[in-house]
Amino acid sequence: MSALNPVVTVYVPRDSTALALGADQVAADITEQARQRGVNIKLIRNGSRGMFWLEPLVEVATAEGRIAYGPVETEDVAGLFDADFLNGGQHRLALGLVEEIPYLKKQERLTFARVGITDPLSLEDYLAHEGYAGLRRALDMSSEAVVQEVLDSGLRGRGGAAFPTGIKWKTVAATQAAQKYIVCNADEGDSGTFSDRMVMEDDPFMLIEGMTIAALAVGASHGYIYVRSEYPHAIAALNHAIVSASNANYLGENILGSHSSFHLEVRKGAGAYICGEETALLESLEGKRGVVRAKPPLPAIEGLFGKPTVINNVISLASVPVILARGAAFYKNYGMGRSLGTLPMQLAGNIRHGGLVEKAFGVTLRELLIDFGGGTASGKPIRAVQVGGPLGPYLPPSLFDTKLDYEAMAAVGGMLGHGGIVVFDDSVDMAKQARYAMEFCASESCGKCTPCRIGSTRGVEVIDKIVAGEPRQAVVQIKLLRDLCDTMVNGSLCAMGSMTPLPVLSALDHFPEDFGDGALNQAA
Amino acid sequence: MQIEPSSHVPQAVPSDPSVDLNQVRIIIEEFKTLPGAMLPVLHAIQDALGYVPPSVVPLIADELNLSRAEVHGVISFYHHFRQQPAGRHIVQICRAEACQAVGADALAAHAKAALGCDFHGTSSDGQFTLEPVYCLGQCACGPNMQIDDDLHARVSNDKFNRVVRAKRGVQ
Repeated sequence: MSALNPVVTVYVPRDSTALALGADQVAADITEQARQRGVNIKLIRNGSRGMFWLEPLVEVATAEGRIAYGPVETEDVAGLFDADFLNGGQHRLALGLVEEIPYLKKQERLTFARVGITDPLSLEDYLAHEGYAGLRRALDMSSEAVVQEVLDSGLRGRGGAAFPTGIKWKTVAATQAAQKYIVCNADEGDSGTFSDRMVMEDDPFMLIEGMTIAALAVGASHGYIYVRSEYPHAIAALNHAIVSASNANYLGENILGSHSSFHLEVRKGAGAYICGEETALLESLEGKRGVVRAKPPLPAIEGLFGKPTVINNVISLASVPVILARGAAFYKNYGMGRSLGTLPMQLAGNIRHGGLVEKAFGVTLRELLIDFGGGTASGKPIRAVQVGGPLGPYLPPSLFDTKLDYEAMAAVGGMLGHGGIVVFDDSVDMAKQARYAMEFCASESCGKCTPCRIGSTRGVEVIDKIVAGEPRQAVVQIKLLRDLCDTMVNGSLCAMGSMTPLPVLSALDHFPEDFGDGALNQAA
Repeated sequence: MQIEPSSHVPQAVPSDPSVDLNQVRIIIEEFKTLPGAMLPVLHAIQDALGYVPPSVVPLIADELNLSRAEVHGVISFYHHFRQQPAGRHIVQICRAEACQAVGADALAAHAKAALGCDFHGTSSDGQFTLEPVYCLGQCACGPNMQIDDDLHARVSNDKFNRVVRAKRGVQ
């Protein structure tokens, strides 16, 4: 190894999707090849840029910028060295400057500005990329001013319900109590969503900073991040980052010499979808079954252990640092109508270019599915997309020009939820998907209220009869199914029961041909 | 009417000599002062023993000052906790919609046939327990599976066979 050789920095992501596609082996192969060839490299395990069809995406730092190669498999590594990729050499897998890849270049990344660029576990790297600028500004402001900044930004909860984050904070701030809590709902259980996972794995300090700012704003001294057990890499990254932040006094007593103290810990869930519902999550954190609570009282007034609690989704809290660092006006300049700022959307399922797309509200489904996503992975036509998780409706291509904005989606019977978009090609059986929605609800219902607990089981049975039955019977059963859905929508205590009918009814309304002749007759 | 004192004694939990109750006591001791200690305690026990044996329920109930029914209620509510020992490796196949859109049902059928057991069952050689999972967060690259702590994306039947063979130690 020559001391005269400059050290070349090579990046191989540590994001779990990259790991699932072999990134660890690729990183080991690159290190080994460099050793054998006597080349001096510095290997950094960065986060993922979120272009998952290109993972493992290897980047090399050059004078022009970071050059990307991907997807790199273990058998490609020797060839990359032969092609002098350390100096940006040409190769079959070469993608040019990573920032110039259209998928990335067309995005508006505010929350995900650092993701994929930095080493997620390096506090120094975080600080070098505007990290903790928001907290520093918040420490110079009154807590009322911090709440006002979040209110002014227009930030609404990114977990699904879209409730204004600033109002939640204001309620907690105004409630007198000796102890208050900040709880991060990191139980991202919706199929087709992975933005929370990416934040936790690929930029964990951002979430920690957001929670710390929330604590300053409302006067909370303790926080919990409730992470689903299915995300072991996220849990490990957060625990690592919490130790680093505490050691550097960004957490703990008298943060950065101020009078504010905040202690943060990670709690692991145990595989219950319902714990993504905020009150069920609080029950779970208290050590009980994740059964939903009736509201009121609101968690902001009587939350965790009966104390005033801010409970926000990962992306909501992770959006706070940039709002504080750049100001509310900067953030609200993005978006449309009452949906301000950006939403990290996730393209999933049968899609050619699946991944994370952060855009201002107002982008259309078609832009996401075609311009970004490139259509289906199978090459067949898209038949349906499910937006907003397992409780979101299935939308047909005739609605693909809908703008993604909370109100515009609601106007077509849709929802944005957590920003997950799951694509199905024309081989999908929509009656089967409707049945699955009911089956999922039956399996995941907390059991507290009858419409959800019993209704979902009856729903599975009725759909089975529709599919198996003769046309005349199907008409009767479809009427029964609609009645049942009506009861679930209006009689359930929380979104689990009241929204399970959305995928069911949307399948019935938009794809009646999959439910046999009875449905067609009724539609006619 | 006089009630026999014995009718107040809770039904005894069959003792299980394979469970080291001292180890469990140490675990409970470590976590019991945490606010809402139940889930951390159960996770630590399952991490150590591979499952949460019925014989530890009274211990947990005593230490956390709860009824056995409450402890049992929590264990049985969450999918993650198991009350029987599992195979040496846990194979999880994602059944969520994003994976369904790219063939998760066919992969699940293949996994069941290849391992010779249904979901929640264990292969006859005791090597693999097959579990459904609802979303591993790899939705852009389905279908997905996880064996123990290793994630695998875009899993074909062949890839499934390779991964399982590698876990068995057969190359």
